[in-house]
Amino acid sequence: MKLSTRHLLGLEGTPKKDLELILDTAVSFREVLDRPIKKVPPLRGKTVVNLFYEPSTRTRISFDLAEKRLSADSISFSASTSSVKKGESLKDTVRNIEAMKIDMVVVRHKSPGVPYYLTQCMEANIINAGDGQHEHPTQGLLDIFTMRQKYKKIKGLRVLLVGDIKHSRVARSNIWGLQTLGASVAICGPTTLLPYEAEKMGVDIYTNIDEAMEGVDVVNILRIQLERQEAGLFPSQREYTNLFGISRERLKRLNKNFTIMHPGPMNRGVEISNEVADSKESVILSQVTNGQAVRMSVLYLLSGVDEKETPTT
Amino acid sequence: MNKSEKVEILDGRKMSRAITRVAHEILERNGGAESLVIVGILTRGAVLARKLASIIKDIEGVEVNVGLMDINLYRDDVNFNTEQPVVRTTEIMFDINGKNLILVDDVLFTGRTIRAALSQIIDFGRPNTVQLAVLVDRGHRQLPIRADYVGKNIPTTFEDNVRVYFSENDKIDEVILYPASNKKSTAKKNTGGSE
Repeated sequence: MKLSTRHLLGLEGTPKKDLELILDTAVSFREVLDRPIKKVPPLRGKTVVNLFYEPSTRTRISFDLAEKRLSADSISFSASTSSVKKGESLKDTVRNIEAMKIDMVVVRHKSPGVPYYLTQCMEANIINAGDGQHEHPTQGLLDIFTMRQKYKKIKGLRVLLVGDIKHSRVARSNIWGLQTLGASVAICGPTTLLPYEAEKMGVDIYTNIDEAMEGVDVVNILRIQLERQEAGLFPSQREYTNLFGISRERLKRLNKNFTIMHPGPMNRGVEISNEVADSKESVILSQVTNGQAVRMSVLYLLSGVDEKETPTT
Repeated sequence: MNKSEKVEILDGRKMSRAITRVAHEILERNGGAESLVIVGILTRGAVLARKLASIIKDIEGVEVNVGLMDINLYRDDVNFNTEQPVVRTTEIMFDINGKNLILVDDVLFTGRTIRAALSQIIDFGRPNTVQLAVLVDRGHRQLPIRADYVGKNIPTTFEDNVRVYFSENDKIDEVILYPASNKKSTAKKNTGGSE
């Protein structure tokens, strides 16, 4: 079984069968995480570079562990402590790293399109760990995997994304992936935080959270970046929390078997109340564990040898 | 594969007798069922594992733990495949430390699947022994691996194909030899059990 692509750049346009293959394979890797020895050998001898130009704790550790648990050799590059400070260009940086004979690159960068650019100047498999506001495909996949764990199927599921959709790569990946798998997706936030022409993504749009939550199965709550308030995109944190914060009282409009999700890190008391974050409907910690399994699945599926390299026996 | 040249090695009844005999041998050699756990290699090894557990329950009245294992993450050909094999889920929900672990597969051929299974088992714990039970041994080992319990030995050439069918997944119980397509079939049906 093989993905139809050598890279994972985003969920937009990713065929349904690729999404399903990644998700199905992730089930097996989730089981590996429950074993006493959480390590399997399929990427033995492969080298993966984590190229993080933007800070990250969660995603970087998750990828790092996923690579090590597949027995790959993994190294992490942080722009702040590298020759990038001396003015080395992205292209030179990656070419130099590739000259050390590496197989796969996991990249996070503030400019959208950088992962695609890397596919044009490197031979390695490229995995997008977040490019600007464009996409964060492994986060989208792990969110979908978590929903599938609970609801068994995605088709027909009603999902609501709440928060700063405009600046969110997590939201975009969620929307593309969920729609390909047949879910019905809605977004909600203040108009200043909703993308221009959002309706062209095929989602329902709400600016009133109580209306938005009517009959929904899954609420995926996005972090409010407090810097946006500095930029005048909403008047005050308290006002945001009053109008859009998810607290226990707001949940009554949801379907009975509802789920609360959040990609993290949470601003407790801002977009999500403490009570909701720690409630039994919250699967936030499962998302983190599932993220490992999904990333192991992606690394495993992309690591098949290219046809031109197959030795003739 | 020319289907009309296929040779039936075992029919349903012969399969059943061989499996029953293997179950008895396992109990004889291990002095009963108390220390046993059984792990079947997906997919057909798992079916056979459950059958053995069920027969052991009938004979000794003891319910032995049965697990299933997918060995695809431990294969030795990972650097040579353009496609990664489909990975199914492994379920070993019990402790294997100190137990006599009966590893079960349908056909023993080169031995590479068993090698992968052994690597995986060691990552789960430290059994007292690992014993291998197979329904068919068709020769052509490429690694120093041997079975402790064999349903039937079949002489084959390397290019032949041997398939085991279980009525749980397939239509009927049978073991079929498909001779390699560019030679005439010279395999004969043998009678009787294993060596």
